[in-house]
Amino acid sequence: MPNDPSERTPAPGTSQRPAEARRVVVPRRGPMLVDGPVEVELEDGTVASSDRFRVALCTCRLSERYPWCDTSHRRRR
Amino acid sequence: MSHDRDALHDRHSPALPSSRGPLSAGVLALLRGEGPPPGAELAAEADPYGDDLQLALYCCYELHYRGFAGVDPALEWDPALLTVRRAMENRFLGALRQDVEVHRDVRSAVKELETEPVEGSGASWFLRDEGELRHLREYAAMRSVYHLKEADPHAWVLPRLWGRAKAAMVSVEFDEFGGGRAERVHAKLFADLMADLGLETAYGVYLEHSPAPALAVVNLMSLLGLHRALRGALVGHFAAVEITSSPGSRRLAEAMRRTGAGPAAEFFYDEHVEADAVHEQVVRHEVIGGLLEEEPYLEDDVVFGMDATVFLEDRLGDHVMACWQAGRPALRSPLPEPVAVSA
Ligand code: FES
Repeated sequence: MPNDPSERTPAPGTSQRPAEARRVVVPRRGPMLVDGPVEVELEDGTVASSDRFRVALCTCRLSERYPWCDTSHRRRR
Repeated sequence: MSHDRDALHDRHSPALPSSRGPLSAGVLALLRGEGPPPGAELAAEADPYGDDLQLALYCCYELHYRGFAGVDPALEWDPALLTVRRAMENRFLGALRQDVEVHRDVRSAVKELETEPVEGSGASWFLRDEGELRHLREYAAMRSVYHLKEADPHAWVLPRLWGRAKAAMVSVEFDEFGGGRAERVHAKLFADLMADLGLETAYGVYLEHSPAPALAVVNLMSLLGLHRALRGALVGHFAAVEITSSPGSRRLAEAMRRTGAGPAAEFFYDEHVEADAVHEQVVRHEVIGGLLEEEPYLEDDVVFGMDATVFLEDRLGDHVMACWQAGRPALRSPLPEPVAVSA
């Protein structure tokens, strides 16, 4: 039935994102990528927040701007 | 019916620069409405990286951005001007194709770009360790020919991408343009940095001061942005900028802090450390990955865009360091004393 709400699928581009699971990209090396905005609670209880469309969370713990990646994870020659 | 001459002639646009040779003199005369365009043979003979050709090309391209005060905006699509522009582009691009050593594939090009030397010798290393405010002011003035139009040439690639590459490129551009907030547009953050350094912030003010290697870096992005045929190279260029920006910005942020340049000056580079660490990932995996999934035959172009960017950035770095080490200004003309620094 064209008007049956149960059969209606969202039009492209209008999918209800909040209802979907948020995908986090976890690479072998380098930052974890999470869709923003995010709040990150640190060990000392302080909260860092970013409203960027995507954020790069440092996984190597070397960043001087922790919890955000600052590319310190890169190999050096 | 009379036209409003001001509206037609971009009154708020930057002033025309002075010429640097026969080619740029000819282009500037045409822009002022005072002469025929220079012959294409002048372009074929010019130094492809020299002041004359680079300034002439820069002026042709500027018509696609903000134009010049008193110049008819319709000249943007003037067939005679486009003919000489094409001859200059062929000269410039031909030289790059000959001189740039290209990597085998995207993978090896990226790998080299993201390997950080422990001790580098470029301008950002010098500025971090021993740069004085006068060096930082010169550096900002010559970088302003790009940063005041930051991310603009890359927007031209959007209609030429689709799918994953397009969606990702748009999100990075959205971030560059402040995520919907005018005060966070990266070009505006750079203007704030310039104010901290006592520089004028008006668009195009330091074109006159900027040496050829600084113009060449911007001309490459305009060239790649304006030609759909070069979309792969534009994407490669953008990736190279984003991959190298974060560590370079970290050094420049340190330079700003050490010299007490000011909060906006520090913020511009701090913001780029974080933003470009994200952009790099998105451009590498989504933009390049998406583009090559759709158009795998563009891989050589992507690599060329990356390597040509590094080649021209290195030439600029060499120029700047040669001047500073010899105790000379790296600009074509000295900067005026700092204008009143904003409180
Ligand atoms: S993951 Fe990039 S700095 Fe730690």
